[in-house]
Amino acid sequence: MDAFLFFLFAAIAVACGINLVLQTHPISSALSLIGVMGSLAVLYLLLGAEFMAAAQLIVYAGAIMVLFIFVIMLLNAGAERSKSTSLLAKALGIPALLAFLGVIGFLIQALLPNTELVKFGAFTGGTAQAIGRKLFTEYLLPFEVTSVLILIAILGAVVLARKEI
Amino acid sequence: METFIIISLVKAGLVAFVLLTLAAYLVWIERKVLAHIQLRVGPYRVGPHGLLQPLSDLIKLVTKEGVIPANVNTFFYLLAPFIAVALSLISISVVPFGTQIDVLGVKTYMQLTDVNVGVLVILAISAVSVYAVALGGWASNNKYALLGGLRSSAQMISYELPMSLAIASPLLMANTLSLREIAESQAGFYFGFIPKWYIFQGPMPQMIAFLIFLIAAFAETNRVPFDLPEAENELVAGFHTEYSSTCFAAFFTAEYVNMVTISALGTHLFLGGWNPVFPEPIASFVPVLVHAGAGLILLYHGTQTVSTRTWDRYTFPLFGLVALGVAGVFSLPLLPVPEPLLSIGKALHPIFWFGAKVGSILFLFIWIRGTLPRFRFDQLMRFAWLFLFPLSVLHLLVTGLLVALN
Repeated sequence: MDAFLFFLFAAIAVACGINLVLQTHPISSALSLIGVMGSLAVLYLLLGAEFMAAAQLIVYAGAIMVLFIFVIMLLNAGAERSKSTSLLAKALGIPALLAFLGVIGFLIQALLPNTELVKFGAFTGGTAQAIGRKLFTEYLLPFEVTSVLILIAILGAVVLARKEI
Repeated sequence: METFIIISLVKAGLVAFVLLTLAAYLVWIERKVLAHIQLRVGPYRVGPHGLLQPLSDLIKLVTKEGVIPANVNTFFYLLAPFIAVALSLISISVVPFGTQIDVLGVKTYMQLTDVNVGVLVILAISAVSVYAVALGGWASNNKYALLGGLRSSAQMISYELPMSLAIASPLLMANTLSLREIAESQAGFYFGFIPKWYIFQGPMPQMIAFLIFLIAAFAETNRVPFDLPEAENELVAGFHTEYSSTCFAAFFTAEYVNMVTISALGTHLFLGGWNPVFPEPIASFVPVLVHAGAGLILLYHGTQTVSTRTWDRYTFPLFGLVALGVAGVFSLPLLPVPEPLLSIGKALHPIFWFGAKVGSILFLFIWIRGTLPRFRFDQLMRFAWLFLFPLSVLHLLVTGLLVALN
């Protein structure tokens, strides 16, 4: 059951990712990205990282992508016209992509330390309490640095968007 | 494993059936209450007192021709109502309706699934359900629909912030994100009569948070006075202008199911979930007395018929008998009855209290629709960002400080 769900949603994630690149209309691409994020959230849920799953949906699918869609709708962007690509790019591109993915996969396999097999439902560190404790003790400095970084980004956006104050 | 799947399927079917029926009858109740506010009688022709009106509405909506206008993006046009109704049904799955029950040896919670981040799941799904409205408005290829969709996304994003912050303060006091544990932590009474709900509970009563939550809930469900996405005098019908037949019914159902979900969320977070309003010896009698009283009043009115409404002579006593029967079911735990009946009666009491609280919030939704005019869009945005948001941040800070000091 768990394995079936894992492969189902992994397949959906990959399919949505491919669809994201293939679609010419920006709304279709944005929706495919939401599909990727939704299935990632389900994968987190399967792992037992419930807080991560909810955060993934709230932050990415619920906030960031809504903004994307909002902007696409406001600008009323139409479908892009596909430019004629040379045959050479197609002939070389796909093998190069496969080779790249192979190298990445190999590197991840080789560089990662020998991890234990994750059993579905065995991981219990995904609750809000556990994540909060880690975030405010062990990873306090990175957390604060990221917060300041995001604050600076927000201030920058406000300054850029507001021409006269 | 098999029993788990079977129980889950049965519960899911039951919850979906009850919820959709409830949503249909919510429309009937809304029309009735609005009518009585405006001194009319409302739906009256289909069935006694219009009780079969939802059924006739359903048949009408399903059998009508589903028009797909020319030049719409058909895939997204059909996807939008599907998303709307699917998401609204998903989020109810983490809401508990009552305590653990023990029916025929099977122990189960009255809840589809107890995710330990239940509140966040509901927030996440309400955040994602913006897409239904935005996509529906965009795919219709109609300027009014597009304006409605854009307004709706802006409004839902804006009011999500105060709502999340308002929800955060009872969560700070409960120290958990599971709705069942939140409801369980609100049992008990101060001085024997003030219920320990978060709206009254120390160190910081959550009255302000509850008000912020209610206002944001009205905006999130696109209800009056925040129903700008479908403001009929400006935008025809807003994002669902072009929808007809079953697609329109899907949007319509989703709106009412969302109302039920958000009322249930408010009940669990602020109004003590299924915990009774009164301390124990009185609390067991209240459901019995309420239903018996209603039954007796209806029986009395059955004898006082008006000549223009001849059917009342039969329908009022019938409803009265039904209410008396319900009162009898609720009195089961008070009587010496054998085991399966006793546990069923005991399981029904929490559902009564939960339903009464959810019903009160739903009534408030309808009452306000009959009372308040609509906001203007700039007023709506200014209200959210300049008043509601700072207030909720301040309230959260004060609550956090008091909880930390405690």
